Order: sequence, then structure tokens, then C-alpha cells
Amino acid sequence: MQNAIEIHVNGEAKTWRSGATVAELLTELDIKTERVAVELNLEILDRAAFGQRQVKDGDRVEIMSFIGGGSF
Amino acid sequence: MTDDRLIIAGREFKSRLWVGTGKYKDFAETKKAIELSGADVVTVAVRRVNITDRSKDNLLDYIDPKKYTILPNTAGCYTVEDAVRYSRLARAAGVSDLVKLEVLGDEKTLFPDTAGLIEAAKILIKEGFIVLPYTNDDPIVAKKLVDIGCPAVMPLAAPIGSGLGIRNPYNLKIIMETVKVPIIVDAGVGTASDAALAMEYGADAVLMNTAIAGAQDPLAMAEAMKYAVHAGRLAYKAGRIPRKLYATASSPIEGML
Repeated sequence: MQNAIEIHVNGEAKTWRSGATVAELLTELDIKTERVAVELNLEILDRAAFGQRQVKDGDRVEIMSFIGGGSF
Repeated sequence: MTDDRLIIAGREFKSRLWVGTGKYKDFAETKKAIELSGADVVTVAVRRVNITDRSKDNLLDYIDPKKYTILPNTAGCYTVEDAVRYSRLARAAGVSDLVKLEVLGDEKTLFPDTAGLIEAAKILIKEGFIVLPYTNDDPIVAKKLVDIGCPAVMPLAAPIGSGLGIRNPYNLKIIMETVKVPIIVDAGVGTASDAALAMEYGADAVLMNTAIAGAQDPLAMAEAMKYAVHAGRLAYKAGRIPRKLYATASSPIEGML
């Protein structure tokens, strides 16, 4: 892959292409943007920013959603 | 009880039974149990999306956020930082500003770290969150939480998932007299009578998960809890008779031979 970058998505190492946006990352991972929160290097992104923000080499991306739970 | 709605931070709730969505066999059972319980508030946890297996269903495909108030929790958070982080993620995931705030003290008891709870609540309230704190059955802490702006408090009945029922009814009663916001008894309910008792004591609502999901027949228990909370609420409003040591006849003496 040309201009490949190494990123961590939900703790997993992934090789991705340079210049990809968060929105593209979600699409390619088959994750719908509604009802997820994305944290990029500990910064929580506005959903409106998904299309602009690009992932860079070494980035840590956390994609969070709601699951079943009461208390813990 | 359409004339008896619960209002918290300007939001109106039809049901006084709130339920969690964990520990069910599958989402179909979760959905059915919630329907049978009549609850209109359901709690959810915030976790990483499974990026390797995308075949798994999403909980919110079963629990329609238009039909239910989705109450994200910070379950599993043991520090102020984590609880704040998870609350922000929950809001970013886009349901609302509501959060059921948990800052846990230790893994064995899952009792709240009330100092951390107050600290996290302060931060989140400043950021515009509607913080519903999961707290101990401590009236002083309950009052502090209300003083800093929590629109309701959620004292535990017993440790989470223990099913021990209300271990300290007197503290709960003192909380009810101390604070003027809705009290939602959260955690520790084991069976229907526990829920009814909480409501009879004057709780405004009861939140439970394991008592339903962990029952041998979760669907039947969901329905039992609906009636228990309803009955307890009615009994509370009706006003029980005082306890007396000796008998009082309920048939008249007059007219006897």
C-alpha cells in the first residue's frame, strides 16, 4: 500500500492509507456513523468533523457505542 | 397512572420502573423483557464497537431511542477521569445529555466512591450534563449531590447484582426526607416485593437489571416488576395504616347476640 500508515483502532493495530478521513475509516469498517462516538488521540470528535479529520501515522482511534448494561 | 408522572430536569417519564439492558440471552429477549416491564427508561453501557465482527446486531436496533429514554451509564469506571470520559463519549454517541453517573470504589462491592462521584458530577454538570448519580444510601452524600445540581439521586438498595433487597430502609427514608428531588432506588433489588417496598417507602422510581435478566424466567419477572412498582406506588399514595401491637376488630360489635 502506498503511503501506508500504522494506526490503532479500538486497541487493534491496523495499516491504513495516508489521508483517510475518520468518516472513510468508519465506512470501510462497516460502522454507521449514527450512534457512535469517535475519540482520536483522546479528543472526542464532533460528528460533523468526521468527514474532515484525517488519521495520521501513530493515531489512536476509539470507536464507541452503546451496549447492553445496567450497572457494573 | 397517567396523572402520576415522574418529572426529572423537565423531562416527563411515564414509568417508575427503569431497567438495564445487560445480561440477557440476546437482544430479542432484552426487547421483550423491556416491553413487558413497561419501563420507558433503559440504561445502556458505553463500550468499544466490535470492529472485527460486524455481523453482531446493535442494541439500539432493538431498543428504539424514539420510544425509550436511553440512559447511558459509566459502568465500570473507577476513577473520576474515566467516568467523565465515558460520559462525554456517551453524549457524543448522540442520545442526550443524560448520564447515569457511576464512579465505583472497588470490584468486590461495586460500592460507589462517593468522593469521586461528587467530583465527577461537578465537572459534568458544568458541561451541561443532566447527572443522575448512582450513590450509596448515605443521606449526607445525597444532599451534597443535590446541592451541586443533580436533579435526582439514585441510592442503592444493596450491592449491584446482589439481590439482597433493601438493606437499609431507614437510610433511604432519611434520604427521602432530606432531599427534595426524585429518588430512584438503584441496584440490589432481588424480587418483586423488594421493588414494591422501595416504592412503598416513597421512592419515586426503581432501577434494576439483574433481578429481571437473571431470573429463571426473565419475561415473567419483568411483568412481575411492573406490577410490583405500580402496586408499591399506589400503596404509598394511599397511605398505609399504622402498625399496632394488638388487634383491632374490623367487624362492628353492635348487632351481636
